[in-house]
Amino acid sequence: MTARKLLRAGFGHNWTMLNVSGLACSRGERRLFTDVGFSLDPGEWLHVQGENGAGKTSLMRLLVGLSPADAGEIRWRNEPTPSAEFRRDLIYLGHHAAVKEDLTPLENLLLAAALDGVGLDETKALAALVRLGLRGREDLPVRVLSAGQKRRVLLARLLTRPAVIWVLDEAFNALDVAAVRLLGDLIAEHLATGGMAVLTSHQPLPVPGGKALVL
Amino acid sequence: MNAFLATVRRDLLLALRRKSEVLTAVFFFVIVTSLFPLGIGPEPVLLKKIAPGILWVAALLATLLGLPRLFSADHVDGTLEQMALSPSPLGLLVAGKILAHWLLCGLPLVLLAPILGLQFDLDASTLGILTLALLLGTPLLSLIGAIGAALTLGVRGGGVLLALLVLPLYIPALIFGAGAVEAHSAGLGAGGHLSLLAAMLALAGFFAPWATTAALRIALE
Repeated sequence: MTARKLLRAGFGHNWTMLNVSGLACSRGERRLFTDVGFSLDPGEWLHVQGENGAGKTSLMRLLVGLSPADAGEIRWRNEPTPSAEFRRDLIYLGHHAAVKEDLTPLENLLLAAALDGVGLDETKALAALVRLGLRGREDLPVRVLSAGQKRRVLLARLLTRPAVIWVLDEAFNALDVAAVRLLGDLIAEHLATGGMAVLTSHQPLPVPGGKALVL
Repeated sequence: MNAFLATVRRDLLLALRRKSEVLTAVFFFVIVTSLFPLGIGPEPVLLKKIAPGILWVAALLATLLGLPRLFSADHVDGTLEQMALSPSPLGLLVAGKILAHWLLCGLPLVLLAPILGLQFDLDASTLGILTLALLLGTPLLSLIGAIGAALTLGVRGGGVLLALLVLPLYIPALIFGAGAVEAHSAGLGAGGHLSLLAAMLALAGFFAPWATTAALRIALE
């Protein structure tokens, strides 16, 4: 299933798919940011920029609904989040490896899909791993893979789990030049099929277009 | 429902790759229950009297041993975060994790209890009641323990805090579980005790996954 099929429900309305307004966040006594707002429509992506400690990761966690905002509103398909629909449409990849070290890359992908209630057959999972350059590594425990390869196992989920919006926090970390180009291609393909993405990164990203948000 | 079964399968598979963690709790149960007859000596009347209490206390402690791992590994590697954001309801996945914990840490104790009970000179019908009481009681221990494990997730020194939090909540299960065996030995019939254990299990089965989920969402913030 492509993002376009998932999106069909959203066409013909005058609201933007993702609309964030007046978002504020503090850690302890310190204000990280106030009044952050942006909106995204199909095919658009947002590059969240800022110094270390500016609150990029906090913004990502607020956006996906892992932590509550001090103020502000996040609307997805004109409904306040977190909604079941938003969780179905969302992939969030954070700083964590989010893969089980004792399982193989293939098992990781199949079990993650089963937990999400998404159908995934072995052929499709293997194809995703091959695309991510993990041919011949699918039956090794993740524990023996390098940091970059672990990251690739996680990124394979972008191919196996249909979603409309990708929220990727520092997704380009630990990746080599070829993998950075590959992830850029994946994001571009996702946007071309009507998907959306919110990314943080300190490097300029190999994805054309996009809006920028500086914290 | 498929997500529930997938979670059980996942946790069992992970335990299979790390057998030592599961076996620790089971061996703990075997050794603790074996130490008492060895320490007290061959006094059948006394052993028979203390058997239900000892087996139940050992079962409580063995269950407790496996609890800190219930969510901590998934929390550290970020898979718990993914579960919280999954399209499947988190409560369903949590219920699957609790069932897997019982299959790994509770069910072996139930199966071993009749064998270990022989050391205390218990007769066949008493062993039957003991096993039945543990069969109803150990899932209750896993369910209550999961709430504690979720509340202490990510807290430094969480293991000790978890014991202090959870052990008092285990008291009703201990009283009615051990009480069932004693009532049977005294010829009073264990029906009442077992019914109460089953009622507590039904109540915990309904509320514990929900409370655990709420605690996990707070821990993830």
